[in-house]
Amino acid sequence: MDRRGAALNGSPRLRTRAPRLGTAASLSLAAVPAAFLAIFFVVPVASIVTMGLRPGGRWELGVVADVLGDPALRGVVWFTLWQAVVSTVLTLVVALPVAYALARFEFRGRRLLQAAIMVPFVLPTVVVATAFLALLGPGGPVSGPVGNLFGSAPMDLRASLAAIFIAHVFFNVSVVVRVVGGLLEQLDPHLEDAAASLGAGRVRSAIEVLWPLARSAVMSAAGIVFLFTFTSFGVVLLLGGPRYSTLEVEIHRQTALLLNLPVAAVLALIQLAIVATLLAFGARRQQGAAVQQPLTAPSGAARPPEAVSHRLFLAASLTVLAVLLGSPLAMLVSRSLRTPDGWSARWYDMLFDPDASVLGVAGIEAVRNSLLFAVIATAVAITVGGLASVVVARGRGAVSRAFDVVLLLPLGVSAVTVGFGFLISLDSPPLDFRDSRLLVPMAQALVAVPFVVRVILPVLLSIDQRLREAAAALGASPARVWREVDLPLVGRALGVAAGFAFAISLGEFGATIFLARADMPTVPVAIVRLLGRPGAASIGQAMALSTILMVLTTASLLAISRLRPRSVGS
Amino acid sequence: MTSPIHPSPRLLRRAPMLALALLVGVLAGCTSDPDPGEVVLVSHDSFQISDELVAEFEDETGLTLTVRPGGDAVEALNQAILTVDNPQGDVFFGVDDATLSRALDADLFEPHEAEGLDRVPAELRLDDEHRVTPIDHGPVCVNYDAEWFESEGLEVPTSLDDLTDPAYEGLFVTQNPASSTPGLKFLTATIAEYGEDGWLDYWAALRDNGVEVTDGWTDAYYSWFSGPSSEGDRPLVNSYGTSPPFEVPDEDPLPEQGPTGTIESTCTRQIEFAGVLANAENPDGGGELIDFLLSDEFQAEIPLSMFVFPAVDTVELPELFDRYATSPSDPYQLDPELIEAEREEWIREWTDVVLR
Repeated sequence: MDRRGAALNGSPRLRTRAPRLGTAASLSLAAVPAAFLAIFFVVPVASIVTMGLRPGGRWELGVVADVLGDPALRGVVWFTLWQAVVSTVLTLVVALPVAYALARFEFRGRRLLQAAIMVPFVLPTVVVATAFLALLGPGGPVSGPVGNLFGSAPMDLRASLAAIFIAHVFFNVSVVVRVVGGLLEQLDPHLEDAAASLGAGRVRSAIEVLWPLARSAVMSAAGIVFLFTFTSFGVVLLLGGPRYSTLEVEIHRQTALLLNLPVAAVLALIQLAIVATLLAFGARRQQGAAVQQPLTAPSGAARPPEAVSHRLFLAASLTVLAVLLGSPLAMLVSRSLRTPDGWSARWYDMLFDPDASVLGVAGIEAVRNSLLFAVIATAVAITVGGLASVVVARGRGAVSRAFDVVLLLPLGVSAVTVGFGFLISLDSPPLDFRDSRLLVPMAQALVAVPFVVRVILPVLLSIDQRLREAAAALGASPARVWREVDLPLVGRALGVAAGFAFAISLGEFGATIFLARADMPTVPVAIVRLLGRPGAASIGQAMALSTILMVLTTASLLAISRLRPRSVGS
Repeated sequence: MTSPIHPSPRLLRRAPMLALALLVGVLAGCTSDPDPGEVVLVSHDSFQISDELVAEFEDETGLTLTVRPGGDAVEALNQAILTVDNPQGDVFFGVDDATLSRALDADLFEPHEAEGLDRVPAELRLDDEHRVTPIDHGPVCVNYDAEWFESEGLEVPTSLDDLTDPAYEGLFVTQNPASSTPGLKFLTATIAEYGEDGWLDYWAALRDNGVEVTDGWTDAYYSWFSGPSSEGDRPLVNSYGTSPPFEVPDEDPLPEQGPTGTIESTCTRQIEFAGVLANAENPDGGGELIDFLLSDEFQAEIPLSMFVFPAVDTVELPELFDRYATSPSDPYQLDPELIEAEREEWIREWTDVVLR
């Protein structure tokens, strides 16, 4: 079948849905994701919330009124909301042009850059905070110019709102670039060419042709960024200083530090309610926004930047990336090579020496543990998230929307709630996980599943139904239609999703620190433990491990991106 | 091509069943009966024990040792309190003097009088009923960057009072007592010095003199402090009496004075305890483990593995510790029960004065 022919003949605005699955088929597909979510999410969270609100076996709901009536806590809710909105908008403004440039222009090092862009996403906040605080302090390269801009002395941007926003953009640019870029790469560029040949300018063709097609992916990405910044913990804690507090920070404080479970439970429910409401709204909008469209093989859309305007646009995008993402990362790399006696690889050498390590095991073993956990977590997340996406895309309206929302909820619940919930609910047979090494990859998979769904679902919803009908008309069985039509198109999305899941597992810290056994630290856990020690050797090794984490992430994403799906009909 | 990312169609059709089987397998694999020959130590993630010592313990007792960390010290303790009816292990290590009464009130431990307890100085033994055993102690003190003060030609401050002196404006960084153990320790030092009526005034003066407050030790020390391994520009930081040894360059001979030092008059002391958990599956093994934690072998390893002083003061210290670390002779001390009773209120008042 000629993809291009299908593309040119099809009107992307025509909507026909994929055939609905029967109830039985839906249920059997939904069984695995539902069981996974029930065991590793619903039960733990319900246990910890119940423990807070039902001490001694009786419901005590007076605390709800206390919390709602506390102006300081209301202030926390308000701050959580508005900083997330601002952070999301800023991230989109910075990231959308970059996503477009990386998807549409072919240049040397493009693949490498697409993989490397995920690095900020996996670095533990505490590592990035170290770099940012150095960059944003009065002696740093950012605050001087910013201060000059306003005609004042160098500004101290540490412990400020600006620091929070800059870090949120830093961490989340990769989400937008991967999710939106993933779709842009598969959009047929001839649509824009056609618009151009009809006399539309770049901007007009972007608004009238590109936007309707990319809208659902942009909303998907915006949703993830919003969730991330809404539940922001480390960034607000470390870069905003103690003056700023989000719901997540407050839940952590009340649970882990004060053991004030009733207040923590109410705050967790408030956070969950807000997230669920927004997600339900988003799911409606997204299903409405999805346009079935001709998708090309991945990378079919990238071309060398020929026009001067293209080159300028690409150069500007790369400059933004270099400054925003490059400078903190370069800071970390340089620190990993700086020793009291000048530049050397001494901290890296120490990672191979168990006796030089404060971790109890040689630092390098953490790398092996992380890779092992990440492989398992990715397999679980892809299975659970992939099946769930099919159920949502092809299930019945309200039920599938509800399922879609439930799948995303793990992102709206704090790691400390889930971690404590694991402890008090998964502690007796038949669900005694206290000693299981699999608890770490399961928790990591739980965090990754929402991303897998967000990446796969827009593609599933966008597949042109007439491709399937054509295949069926030619006598293909439903299984064969799935194999020949859906799978190749979804393959790219599966690759992107696997990359996300792998990277998330490599970088996951909040739940892992709760669950990782002392003899099997992951890289982020090892980094944070090293940073808990004074002295040049500890911070040097932490920076060396951070650098290794960056290289590992880039390398594994590069490898995954080389696994191309077969093109349709081949 | 079959790869984890692009499974073959047949594999994909079977995926739901395979996944369900995997899940069931995982569940089944995790329900093992307790092993009577195992002893499980629950702790925070600063707990360290070398492979050699684990082997020694296992050889001596015939038990296998499993260590299970649970985040930072306060988090780990709260986890233990939440799971008191069905604990995650047999011994908990890491309750300190500030959180001791919370743990005792929750009936977290059962008594065990450790072998060798008489070698621990009396001021470290806070529980007559032996529900907890002191294992180590770590001073919390203001550290200074000696090189900075030398190059600026400024005297190093010598007291808490000095920190409010305009000469030291904008030089000090400490931690939020709500989220950081050394931060809470420093707060108790100011309450011990200025009393329950005067400490808030002191903090108001400290705030007016430009104190910076971070959330935890790591960002205060590495991002704000100006010491040799840090990126910051402030020469005074609330840290540990045991921080300076780790800033000493690896030279032969060792320098007369290290690049950083401590202001001894600002020190408080944190004592860390271990105890056998109530409802433990192997309380006898737990008792043997506590005895081992007080043995000379383990105590001697404490300074360089956990960066604190051993509770048994006859153990020989490594040279780095002996020369550059501070073990205050007369640290500030507050009654643990007073701390537990007032902590939340103090933190609320502190937040109003310092952060708002």
